Amino acid sequence: MKKDIHARKRHLTLLLTLGVLGGAALAQDTIKVGILHSLTGTMSISEITVANAAQLAVDEINAGSGVMGKKIMVVKEDGASDWPTFATKAEKLLTQDKVAAVFGGWTSASRKSMLPVFEKNGGLLFYPVQFEGNECSPNIVYTGAQPNQQALPALDWAMGKGYKTIFLLGSDYVYPRTANLILKKHITDMKGTLAGEEYVPLGGTEFSSVINKIKAAKPDVIINTLNGDSNVSFFKQYQAAGYSAKTLPVISFSIAEQEAQSIGPALLTGQYATWNYFQSLPNAANKKFVAAYQKKYGKNTAITDPMAHAYMDVYLWKAAVEKAKSFDPMAVRKAIVGISMDSPLGKITVDANGSLTQAVYTGMSGAGGQFKVISQSKGVVAPQPYDKLAFPGKTCP
Amino acid sequence: MDPVFLSGQLFTGLSVASLLLLTALGLALSFGLMRVINMAHGEFLMIGGYLTFIAAKLMGPGFLWLAFPLAFVGTALLGALLEFTVIRRLYGRPLDTLLATWGISLILQQAARQIFGSTGVPVTAPAWLSGAVVVHGGVLDGLTFPHVRLFVIVLSALVLGGMWWLLNRSPFGMHVRAVNQNREVAASLGVNTRRLDMLVFALGAGIAGVAGVGLALLSPVNPTVGAAYIVNAFLVVVVGGVGSVLGAGAAALLLGFTTALAEGLTSSSLAQSIMLILVVVFLQWKPKGLFPTQSRALEET
Repeated sequence: MKKDIHARKRHLTLLLTLGVLGGAALAQDTIKVGILHSLTGTMSISEITVANAAQLAVDEINAGSGVMGKKIMVVKEDGASDWPTFATKAEKLLTQDKVAAVFGGWTSASRKSMLPVFEKNGGLLFYPVQFEGNECSPNIVYTGAQPNQQALPALDWAMGKGYKTIFLLGSDYVYPRTANLILKKHITDMKGTLAGEEYVPLGGTEFSSVINKIKAAKPDVIINTLNGDSNVSFFKQYQAAGYSAKTLPVISFSIAEQEAQSIGPALLTGQYATWNYFQSLPNAANKKFVAAYQKKYGKNTAITDPMAHAYMDVYLWKAAVEKAKSFDPMAVRKAIVGISMDSPLGKITVDANGSLTQAVYTGMSGAGGQFKVISQSKGVVAPQPYDKLAFPGKTCP
Repeated sequence: MDPVFLSGQLFTGLSVASLLLLTALGLALSFGLMRVINMAHGEFLMIGGYLTFIAAKLMGPGFLWLAFPLAFVGTALLGALLEFTVIRRLYGRPLDTLLATWGISLILQQAARQIFGSTGVPVTAPAWLSGAVVVHGGVLDGLTFPHVRLFVIVLSALVLGGMWWLLNRSPFGMHVRAVNQNREVAASLGVNTRRLDMLVFALGAGIAGVAGVGLALLSPVNPTVGAAYIVNAFLVVVVGGVGSVLGAGAAALLLGFTTALAEGLTSSSLAQSIMLILVVVFLQWKPKGLFPTQSRALEET
């Protein structure tokens, strides 16, 4: 008897909630997806705009004919820059909201904390950020660069320019450590010299000792995997020590247009970054994306690689759903392999391992914080989740 | 070890010490002399940084001369306001003060986010500070002293000297020391302790604002930058001996050189742990810090 009352109460709450929502969304006509990013806390600087980009794609699809006749309803959750929270919120999205797919995550720590939740509940996560590889879950579509689509092409480019003595500088967490592990194997393989390797705690602001070590090591180039605002401190102190892009160039993997704005374009002029996307790419899909984003979120907003990936992820999911003729996450995961489209990043194709075959660009930072593409991969590059030198014998399931 | 690297690390030690001192001096005032654990101290640094950004917008290249008075007066006024509205009502309740000031720090961070956005704002050192003094020839060939770091070292020495003079040689300082030693007796002899509390807190905040100008030249200016400095600032105050301005100076030097040595011998991330372990061991040996202050106000707690 008591149970009945509770059930009725629940029904009533549900009805009320629907009423509050304006009754616009009748269950049959909508399909729920989750957007799970840090909307608060230290990562919110980067993740809010990525969540916005995914939302923009959803809005565009809803303004058209939806997905298989259904409008997309977004359930937005805040990971709060806290990795266990990402797991809790993912669990909530999958078990309570029963979303068809989740678009989210930025740090590798947040992804690693969500991974078991998606595997346990048979959910599907679209992860838009470049990462360290060495992971291949059937429940995650990794659209950001694998190490062979960012770190290694950057190394190739540097070696090609004659920068053979390399200093590795990074924040102290899993992505820089793993990326540098791979880079070190390849530096040795390519007969380059490792001048030094240094890690600074996440958020670190003091680089005097690091710069002193760099001075003693005399590298030709620095490969920089510092994350977030440590970059601001590093470049200010690097410049104060008398360095510039001419005397000691820096190639960065976590500095895109948005970071360039907050570091101050003047400090970054002439420095390099490697990504699968730059705001300055001239293709038609990108022009449309940039215009739509800036119309919605502000005229001078900087657009970055993870944002372009997040935007495209929603369209990839739509294409896979339509190919599978089903919203079932595992059916969608199966159907997504082989899908190809013209995106703001250029032509991309989904590989069997759930990552993208995509082009790689190296850009040079100019005034205004925009990057000019100075080198690009010959055609597109197939993703390799497990580097052959660093993780021999490992393959995707 | 290479002499250039070694001298470079010695300079690093001095430079780190100057930054530690600059961030800790305002805290030493409010924490040491008034027993207020001000968790919002880092946010005064942050506001100092944003005021520098505003000064740079208004003035262009010569902005530093506007930034210092603007940051000092701006943060001091804000400090006075906070003292008057919140902290004054919580004297003698250290835990409540801690919570309240932590809440204030969150409010200030969010306010900065609302006004300036969550991404940081760019502040670039003026041209005359962007160069470096480089040693040519001899065993130290190539040793570099960046102007901006020399500037921060001079700045923190000036602030330390100024504060020492103010506390030990001026009538204001005499009142502060009197209240610190015995509040009731000082009050009965005509010292307006309420007014003095407000002035001391405002001064501490103002110094943090000045420190914020120095930091803006070397670090990011964003809503959460204060949090990056607050822990080390507390370390300096505790190691120096609560309530001692010269102690803070000595502690900053000690911690700065220890950090530089540890970073030189190991790596930057390991050095952080080494320094914290050494501080714990040090406090076992000297729980009251380098220069313990004899004070009735402190005995009571």
